[in-house]
Amino acid sequence: MNGKLIAECCDRAYAALVQHTDEIAALDQQIGDGDHIYNMLRGLEALRAMAPQIEAAEMGQALQLAGGKLLSTVGGSSGPLLASLLMGMARAAPREAGADGVAAMFAAGVDAMQRRGKTGTGSKTMMDVLIPVAERFRELAAAQAGVGEILAELPRVAERGMASTRDMLALKGRASFLGDRSRGHIDPGARSSHVIITAICALLAESRGGPERSHEEVS
Amino acid sequence: MKKFLNNVDDFLTESLAGFAAAHADSVVLHTEPLFVRRRHLQPGKVALISGGGSGHEPLHAGFIGRGMLDAACPGQVFTSPTPDQMIAAAGAVETGGGVLFIVKNYSGDVMNFEMAAESTARKNATVLVNDDVAVDDSSFTTGRRGVAGTVIVEKVVGSLAEAGGDLQACQAFGDRVVKRLGSMGVALTSCIVPRAGRPTLVLGDDEMEMGVGIHGEAGRRRCKMMSANAITAELLDAILTDLSPARGAEILLLVNGLGGTPLGELYLLCDAAHRRLSADGMQVRRTLVGNFTTSLEMAGASLTVCLLDQEILEHWDSPVNTPALRWGA
Repeated sequence: MNGKLIAECCDRAYAALVQHTDEIAALDQQIGDGDHIYNMLRGLEALRAMAPQIEAAEMGQALQLAGGKLLSTVGGSSGPLLASLLMGMARAAPREAGADGVAAMFAAGVDAMQRRGKTGTGSKTMMDVLIPVAERFRELAAAQAGVGEILAELPRVAERGMASTRDMLALKGRASFLGDRSRGHIDPGARSSHVIITAICALLAESRGGPERSHEEVS
Repeated sequence: MKKFLNNVDDFLTESLAGFAAAHADSVVLHTEPLFVRRRHLQPGKVALISGGGSGHEPLHAGFIGRGMLDAACPGQVFTSPTPDQMIAAAGAVETGGGVLFIVKNYSGDVMNFEMAAESTARKNATVLVNDDVAVDDSSFTTGRRGVAGTVIVEKVVGSLAEAGGDLQACQAFGDRVVKRLGSMGVALTSCIVPRAGRPTLVLGDDEMEMGVGIHGEAGRRRCKMMSANAITAELLDAILTDLSPARGAEILLLVNGLGGTPLGELYLLCDAAHRRLSADGMQVRRTLVGNFTTSLEMAGASLTVCLLDQEILEHWDSPVNTPALRWGA
């Protein structure tokens, strides 16, 4: 993984969110204030605009640049949280792009995010997707699972995490003010995280090519 | 959706450009990063900086000026501003007395201001405003929201800073005032976020959202319309239950419009509130009525009660000269 791949991931995440804009906006209007998807898109547009810089950088530096850009363009809760994720990953960027190193890097990013948001799983937030994905990623990498297997499994973990937010009571963010009325709705941040993870796993699977190529689509 | 718009992407920049043009004598608009600052700074004074999502005008930029804020950082509509804005604003208005950030308790605002406070080279402190009694302050929530009471905090702490209070004194005073504040709002119609283009809340013709937040987020309950007296009673009961003032307590009452309610109705609510508060044995010493913390075009209002003491009253009465609040100046 290098800057070029990070830029491609941003592109793919952006395309996937554009495809799901109306759906995520509708989820947000049910339990939030409707701005989440637009903030995410604004941030990813800014990353696309600085693609040459990101492409030219080493992975750690590329993630740091991207995190800083998200911090200054996204706003809301998503801005500091996603910036903490990427900057936390930047600090743990491995020299070699093995599954172990990437899994540890992702886990470090999710840790940084958890410290910033002071939230674990169970609060009906994007952490309900990201924490289980980080944990499963490390398990699979530790068990020396094949890259194809990992890329096929993580979107499924993300989907389960996303779906699990439906019956949760929101404990963080603006949806928490709804109390019991927040139940029965998927958290929009969890959904956008699921969409992005699925899109990036598909990109990585494609870029490897070969028989393990994944065609899994976000439904 | 019918709004005065050119391109939805330019909503914020064009609106702020108009604000800066209207108040060119007293404020300066900076872009990249975006913040509004007081034109004439007072060296050595604690610099008060606030900010938050846009759509609540005149909050916060309307309160920049003598006796209140030194800078405001506007975010996109209903989206908190970013740390680079706050860091740049701090660099522009801090003149030796340090920076006091005044932050409404919303998770996005809190995290962005936190990251700015960690990164800025300027000495700083933060006052977190959480005056909304509609949602419970329990270990299961992020705590109460910061709403219209923020205007009172900005006014009285701004006055103390103007009078030479140091950073620690201003922070302590702010924290003390926040504990004596309670607010609750009610929405009669929804607001429409320009980019979303459709109503945030779906309220029936005969319904209202009791305890609504300033982004149209849900409150305590959805219920049928009631008389102004009954609405006022429900709002004040919730606030006074929370503040539990002594009988005969002196209070400041803020009747705040959420953007789409005519001033005539706000004054009617003010009358209902005065009657109710007198009946409850409260002494309303000061009253402010108007649109100060809005939620775009939402019809509705909030009531805020601040329990006064001599210090708060003096700082409330002191001269203020800002685009949206001006007296004694």
